[in-house]
Amino acid sequence: GRYNLIFYLKICFPNDYWIQFHPFNSFVSWFGDLEIGLKETMEHGSFTDNSAATFSLTDEDHTIANAIRFTLNQDQMVTFCGYSIPHPSEARVNIRVQTTGDPAREVLKDACQNLMLMCRHVRCTFDKAVEDFKASNAVKAMKIDSQDSSGDDSEESE
Amino acid sequence: MAEGAGEEKKKFSIWDLPDVPMGQLPPHLELQRSRVSCNKDAPIHTESIQYSGAYASMGIDNSSRLDLFSNNFRVEVVRLNEDDIEFDMIGIDAAIANSFRRILIAELPTMAIEKVLIANNTSIIQDEVLAHRLGLVPIRVDPRLFDYLSENDQPNEKNTIVFKLHVQCKRGSPRITVKSDALKWLPNGSELVKETRNATSDSSSKPEIYTYFGCSQETVPEFVKNPIIPKYPDIIIAKLGPGQEIELEAHAVKGIGKTHAKWSPVATAWYRMLPEVVLLEDIEDDLAEELKSKCPVNVFDIEDLGKGRRRATVARPRACTLCRECIRGDDWEKRVALRRVKDHFIFTIESTGALPPEVLFTEAVKILEDKCERVITELS
Repeated sequence: GRYNLIFYLKICFPNDYWIQFHPFNSFVSWFGDLEIGLKETMEHGSFTDNSAATFSLTDEDHTIANAIRFTLNQDQMVTFCGYSIPHPSEARVNIRVQTTGDPAREVLKDACQNLMLMCRHVRCTFDKAVEDFKASNAVKAMKIDSQDSSGDDSEESE
Repeated sequence: MAEGAGEEKKKFSIWDLPDVPMGQLPPHLELQRSRVSCNKDAPIHTESIQYSGAYASMGIDNSSRLDLFSNNFRVEVVRLNEDDIEFDMIGIDAAIANSFRRILIAELPTMAIEKVLIANNTSIIQDEVLAHRLGLVPIRVDPRLFDYLSENDQPNEKNTIVFKLHVQCKRGSPRITVKSDALKWLPNGSELVKETRNATSDSSSKPEIYTYFGCSQETVPEFVKNPIIPKYPDIIIAKLGPGQEIELEAHAVKGIGKTHAKWSPVATAWYRMLPEVVLLEDIEDDLAEELKSKCPVNVFDIEDLGKGRRRATVARPRACTLCRECIRGDDWEKRVALRRVKDHFIFTIESTGALPPEVLFTEAVKILEDKCERVITELS
């Protein structure tokens, strides 16, 4: 038979919550006297078969987990993916990934990359749409102004 | 219709049927995949079929690859004011739209009053109630110009905004209402001095103060012409009777909506899917009149076919509020179908004033990107 060894791979990334989230914030120093929050991502898998694993992310909730689950589903190498929140009072999300042979961690990373690219595209499209709308509104406002100033005669003649 | 895919005994292929277009789903499966059918009792087909291999047995790839997404995704702005925006996002999934909505409500930072130092409060509003009300007042300042203030930090000009409120109702004068325009911005920091308990302290030592402003906030270019004030000057904070006085200082810091709702930058943000109203059969004459009068938001219109015959048409499906009046009653469900398009979202964002709504949405998308990046770095 096959012996599946369960191992815990603890990646401790001591980091300040706020700095990581808001990189446009350039005033705070990295190594100030800030309270260091421990952030862990645990991967529960097996030594022999790395195509199926559960990733436990701390300080996350449905916001990122559902979006990652969506992009994971779109990946063709994924046979099963899902997420669960073990307890609502604890900010932790378990994401389960099972693939057709590729290492689960790489597939999850690819899914996150895809999500980032999608977000970038959404942002560009939205910015362009807002600019176009503002430009077309400005044109309309100018047209209305010019019609008001010279429009009385033409309206009466119609 | 015997559309069972892949039956071995007859080598029957679904593509041999005459009415199935090549490379696409048959119409009823396409309906199930892309529309929510809102029936009289409950909607069906509400889940989005995300799995890439969902239709693998039919040879159709359900995965939305990035290039397909980039080509099909569209944004159309319907309305844009100073305080709110309504726009359509077409071609995106509900999971991502919901992520944006959640980030807009709970994870975009703003500035709000957190600490209130009360020097004198003889009004009937209790201290804590007054402080709570002050915290909820929206402040018109760009939160991106400030940093977070954690417990070990000193409050300085880069992470704190100081306001002062000093109102007094003199004896003999009528009651006054304290509105939010009474909050005055102190660009040089706090003016109060900490009380030192030490009775034997030497009088030559400098008194401790609450904030350590290195330079005045007025020198920052963004604040030169726009002083920091509450967004709405007519919010009632307290009411004073004769002889009552309020003197306090309020410190505003940066936070996110998850910690407390006062830091949420949107009054609210919501989305709905585009409604689609389909007439399954021709509705004429009296039935058409009845249908038009049933709908409270005037989705339907009557058009004349000539010779006195009239027909009902769907004029404004976007206004449909899904009240289901048009399918109430006998037989109406066979004539009218209410559906929602699963990948077309009508987003509305109402900002409280710190940032314009289109900037809010852009920042929310950036925050989702940052979260992904954090997950990627943690996995590597």
